[in-house]
Amino acid sequence: MSVIVVLIGFSLMLAIGFLIAFLWSVKSGQLEDKYTPSVRILFDDIKPDKAPEKKVNEKHND
Amino acid sequence: MQETVTQVITQCYHCGDDCEHLSISIEEKYFCCEGCKLVYEILNEKNLCDYYSLNEKPGIKQSGIFAKNKFEFLEDEKLQSQLIDFKDSQISKITFFIPSMHCSSCIWLLENLFKINSSIVRSQVNYLQKNLTVTFLNNSITLRKVVETLASIGYEPKLKLDDADKKFQASQNKTLYSKIGIAGFAFGNIMLLTFPEYLAIDDSSIELKKFFSFIIFFLSLPVFFYCSSDFLKSAYYGLKSRVINLDVPLSLGIVALFFRSVYDIFYHYNPGYMDSFAGLIFLLLIGRLFLNKSYEVLNFERNYKSYFPISVTTKKNNIEKNIPLANLNIGDKIVVRNNELIPADSFLLTGDANIDYSFVTGEAIPVHKKLGEIVYAGGRQVGSIIELEITKEVSQSYLSQLWNNSIFKDNVDRQLVSLVNHISKYFTIIILFIAFAASIYWLFVNPAKAVPVFTAVLIIACPCALAMSTPFTLSNAMRILGRNSLFVKNTLTIESLAKIDTIVFDKTGTITEIDKSFIEFIGEELKEDEKKIASSLVKNSTHPLSKKIFNYLNLNSNFNVEDYSEIAGLGISGNIFDSHVKIGSIDFVNSSNGSSIVNKVKNDDSSKEINLNEIKVYLSINGIQKGYFKLNNYYRKGINDLINDLSKKYQLYLLSGDNKSEYENLKKIFGDKSELMFNQTPFDKLEFIKKIKLQNKKVLMIGDGLNDSGALKQSDVGISISEEISNFSPASDAILEAKSLYNLNKLLDFSKISVKLIITSFIISFLYNVVGLYVAVQGELSPLFAAIIMPISSVTVIAFASLSTTVFAKIKGLLN
Repeated sequence: MSVIVVLIGFSLMLAIGFLIAFLWSVKSGQLEDKYTPSVRILFDDIKPDKAPEKKVNEKHND
Repeated sequence: MQETVTQVITQCYHCGDDCEHLSISIEEKYFCCEGCKLVYEILNEKNLCDYYSLNEKPGIKQSGIFAKNKFEFLEDEKLQSQLIDFKDSQISKITFFIPSMHCSSCIWLLENLFKINSSIVRSQVNYLQKNLTVTFLNNSITLRKVVETLASIGYEPKLKLDDADKKFQASQNKTLYSKIGIAGFAFGNIMLLTFPEYLAIDDSSIELKKFFSFIIFFLSLPVFFYCSSDFLKSAYYGLKSRVINLDVPLSLGIVALFFRSVYDIFYHYNPGYMDSFAGLIFLLLIGRLFLNKSYEVLNFERNYKSYFPISVTTKKNNIEKNIPLANLNIGDKIVVRNNELIPADSFLLTGDANIDYSFVTGEAIPVHKKLGEIVYAGGRQVGSIIELEITKEVSQSYLSQLWNNSIFKDNVDRQLVSLVNHISKYFTIIILFIAFAASIYWLFVNPAKAVPVFTAVLIIACPCALAMSTPFTLSNAMRILGRNSLFVKNTLTIESLAKIDTIVFDKTGTITEIDKSFIEFIGEELKEDEKKIASSLVKNSTHPLSKKIFNYLNLNSNFNVEDYSEIAGLGISGNIFDSHVKIGSIDFVNSSNGSSIVNKVKNDDSSKEINLNEIKVYLSINGIQKGYFKLNNYYRKGINDLINDLSKKYQLYLLSGDNKSEYENLKKIFGDKSELMFNQTPFDKLEFIKKIKLQNKKVLMIGDGLNDSGALKQSDVGISISEEISNFSPASDAILEAKSLYNLNKLLDFSKISVKLIITSFIISFLYNVVGLYVAVQGELSPLFAAIIMPISSVTVIAFASLSTTVFAKIKGLLN
């Protein structure tokens, strides 16, 4: 039966890990805005260093 | 204005407005104005045209290019330090409020600001709060340039200095989330570890039991010392000020649960009621979260400072300069343009001043001012540019004085004794009585059981379900009211709304629409060419009344006007096709021709002041008076029915800052029972509310302008009416969108129903309590029984609260 002590120790550790992750997410402000990220994820990334002229041309061909 | 001939109307590629002509275009794309085209050009150049592919016509109409030095005041160091959130040697961080953002395109563009200006390192949108947080490099870009960049693409931020409260609210929510997380974590784990106990595995070794119990003990420590601290503190402060609030019986239960369980853990090596304890705190905190619900975008605490502009244009030696409002001194000369606000009492130096005081006094029609006359703060200039000289400091001006009234000074909110707190006093006394009575009984019968019974009573009576009923009912009610465009400041406002028995209305802007006054022509019907002549004449004038008449005539005539002259405050005249046309006041129209036409409409008094009572603009052509244009107030949709319905249930009053000209119409609407009062100053309104409150009336004030703000604050519930909810509205308890005013009766009914539902859920939770107490006084309360009955009672109440409010909202037609 003493194996249960070890198992409970592990399970608590795991749970505390999740708790810390949650507290971190609260602290970093993830719960402050529950709407914008859902929109943001749908945007394509634009890289700032991409040569702008090239893309302008592409646009004009549209 | 729709033409009768059907015609394909091209919409602006940027903002979606109709293009009046197709002269402004790039390639195949048409724009309504140069401003919109300019924005497109910027975005096109920076390769940000995805903006247009995410949503159709996402832009914001760019009405002209902003003045070059409009944001000059942002160079002021002191002002900068007030606006900027964070600054170090390299970067600055600032949060802007941008009410014009409205779609995903806006988010996309605003988060890609770095493409427009590479000195902007990062920009992040909070859409619900309409905030944009910008991080920029100090060395390569100034705050002014950042704001100008935003303005150039149509997202001009609203700069204001009163944001301190919001940040506090955000950090409060953060702690609440952390507490919920920890309590939930402890609750889950304790329940899991208590499970063997419930299965009554007695043959397990004492060592294992000890191990389980101590883990449970350590898990419960943060719950008691961190998570439940709010309830304990609130109970302590309540008792200290001799008030028994709901947190007192809650804390009794919490303390009894915790210490009884600690005793059990250390003396019997069983976990006691710790799972019920953690579960209770977890549920209570969730209730708190619902109770704290509020609308993030809306600000209910605005004072005159947020109404006033943050900067003003001063003029010194003919050089215009924008300075922060705080730096404005007596004697400064300032320039006020069309639609700008006058920040401080001052006198008129040059220009044609038509001051619209509707927001301050409730007068519907702009007042004309002569050179040298005093112009009061809070008015809005309509028409051309004027120059003013400041005579009083901003904080000493007529308007700001209202805020010096004591009601604005004490920060203490109205004493909101919620229903629960009212009940909890009796509740606590009864529970304590039962607990003592039961333990005294057991002292004689079986002394060993006295203390356990005492704690058991406190534990089972812990009014968890009671504490749940209010937040869940009211937060759901708040959501439903919000769907119907009544945005209440907090959940407690709904309780106050339910108690209302007197309603006070403001007139201008509340039951009438300011911009929509309608005009009728009284006199002989005008012939088509006469209309055209009048229309051509008023087209030349920028006076607000001329514009209204022009819109009323609705003709696109463009006759050539010769000898046009405008005499400020009197009228306009000119020659069109040999006809001499005059439009203006009766004196002006009749002046030079000595006409024989009798002044048909006579006021009892002929003094000038009284003439303002009714707004009539006379028209004469070739010296013959044709009649007059009469300006009527435009009452909001459904106002007749609303007042009619309300007057059956409530005592109604009308307080108008305007003159008596509308008395007859209003009397018809309000009927005989209601009192109507006119020419009320902001102070009069405030005093009036005070007076009727002394008669033990619960007053609901409905107003819109700054002139009502004293009354809104003084009343039990103040609702401010707003055409657009993100626009400015004075400090109040609730904001109602103007288009939903007709629904007010239903909304008030619904808040009454909500309170009744709370009472019903009280009864449900009492029934559970009776069952629990019956078991507890017999000394039979096992941890398992507690662990079942406590969550069940809470869940029943939560389910009842949420479902019943929704059902009643549907019955009332407030939800589909």
